[in-house]
Amino acid sequence: MSRRIVASPTSWLIWGAVAFFLINLAGVIASVVVNSFGERWFDTWLPSGWTTQWYATAWTEFGLLNVMVVTLEVAVLVVGISVLVGVPASYVLARRSFPGRRLVYLLFLLPILMPPITYGIPLATVLYKYGFAGHLTGVVLANLVPSIPFVILTMTPFIEQIDPAIERAARMCGAKTWQIFARILAPLLVPGILAASILVLVRTVGMFELTFLTAGPDSQTLVVALYYSMSAAGIRAQQSVDAMAVLYTASMLVLLVIALRFVNPTQLVARVKEDPD
Amino acid sequence: MTRTQTRLAVRHRLAERGVDRQLWLLVPGLACVLALFVYPFAYGIGLSFQPAEGGVFGAYRAFFADAYQRDTIATTLSLSLPAAILNVAASVPIAYRMRGRFRGKRLLTTVLVVPITLGTVLTAEGLLNYLGPAGWFNRLLFFVDEPIRLTNNYWGVFFSLVITGFPFAFLLILSYLSGIDPTLERAAATLGAGRRQRFQRITLPLLAPGLATTFCLTFVLAFSVFPSAVLVGDPAGTTRVISIAAYHAAYEVYDYSLGSAIAVVMGVVELLVVAIVLGLRSLLYTGSTGGKG
Repeated sequence: MSRRIVASPTSWLIWGAVAFFLINLAGVIASVVVNSFGERWFDTWLPSGWTTQWYATAWTEFGLLNVMVVTLEVAVLVVGISVLVGVPASYVLARRSFPGRRLVYLLFLLPILMPPITYGIPLATVLYKYGFAGHLTGVVLANLVPSIPFVILTMTPFIEQIDPAIERAARMCGAKTWQIFARILAPLLVPGILAASILVLVRTVGMFELTFLTAGPDSQTLVVALYYSMSAAGIRAQQSVDAMAVLYTASMLVLLVIALRFVNPTQLVARVKEDPD
Repeated sequence: MTRTQTRLAVRHRLAERGVDRQLWLLVPGLACVLALFVYPFAYGIGLSFQPAEGGVFGAYRAFFADAYQRDTIATTLSLSLPAAILNVAASVPIAYRMRGRFRGKRLLTTVLVVPITLGTVLTAEGLLNYLGPAGWFNRLLFFVDEPIRLTNNYWGVFFSLVITGFPFAFLLILSYLSGIDPTLERAAATLGAGRRQRFQRITLPLLAPGLATTFCLTFVLAFSVFPSAVLVGDPAGTTRVISIAAYHAAYEVYDYSLGSAIAVVMGVVELLVVAIVLGLRSLLYTGSTGGKG
């Protein structure tokens, strides 16, 4: 019993802090949601009336349909390319040892360990020099930089889980490397590939800096459009910016809930353990 | 020896050292990283040594000579270091309580992770609405005469960093803690160690490497603060962080040389902090944490 009495004040303190954080967080989110549905809201607890017109305004004024399509295109392209490029590389890194392996590993880690602005500025300069930036191509290329390493790191534990004896058996039966990939590894790796794709999807949709630096007027993703609409405040009604922010968060939330169904947070450990290597 | 035989022998020797055709699988990934990360970075470093005026180190000299530019380093560190430390320090006790199984764990984890989805802009909007002079927070504090000013200054950015950084730190720490074998702690309890002793002597040392990694990743997130420093901060004054300076130089003044120089300085400062933390980490125990329990 005595143990319980000693422990409870800290327990209370910790759960109290969590509750305080969550209450304030709820306040932050709710104030945006309420504002996006409110007519006028000045010096009162709640707005004077309710309306959904801000969503309609946001949809037409910001050309949201176009922005959504661009966001989707960028996300699908980045996920597809980074999985195609990243999975074979992570297979080699997980299974093989060869001279220079640590150097290669470090090269793949660096883009994740650096703040995006640091390499984003030189990258955008180079992309502008070769005429890629300002279109979809530039945005996709820039977003590949952190996504490929991310796929590699996420896939490594999944690949390590597969028994190498299965591949050896396939090879004994005469399968070639591409056949092993297509017929043996790919089906076994489906959960890992799904997890990596969804995590990359969430990251790409949420990636602000790189897209911001490389996007042209017709290749803005949702985050960047949101930023521009907010930093140009005063021209637009704040409520329609809020409506757009709510739309963004709702779509991210759906993605994240899907992601959490596929990815167990405790699985991250195997990936992270490798990180500082 | 004929030529084919020599070639076979070379291939054989290479294969023995681990070099064979399977390594081609690495090539696309490596090519992407080299073309999109290493080459631009090298190009940026080169550009930073070719300013329009002032010789080879002109851009760096311009950055360090101007107090308005130089101070951005201190501003960035004074925001990102406390935010990263708070995020990690707060995650440890919460994750420690949550590592076992209990009802509603998945729900609580999801709720704590929700802020990842908010994105900087909604967080910024929310903070401006909620903490602003007429917002709910200041309404609750009706007993204070003047509304407390928590936005468009240091605190606004700090809160935004905590909201976006905490869930990330929490997830990582939770995953590290659940990677520590619980039987180790039970063994310590059998030998008579109290709750505090068990945490200090068993869990904390095993967690320390994970703490270092989490701190580094959270710090990188906080260090690259850009949108929130502009939107909820005071981008011309107290929260003029280094990324704003770099962006301003490269895309508003079009001085690519200075912009690249600031980006390089930013990378160096960030890697220094990471190196110090990882260096401290290597002094601690590294090895197995007993696998998953």
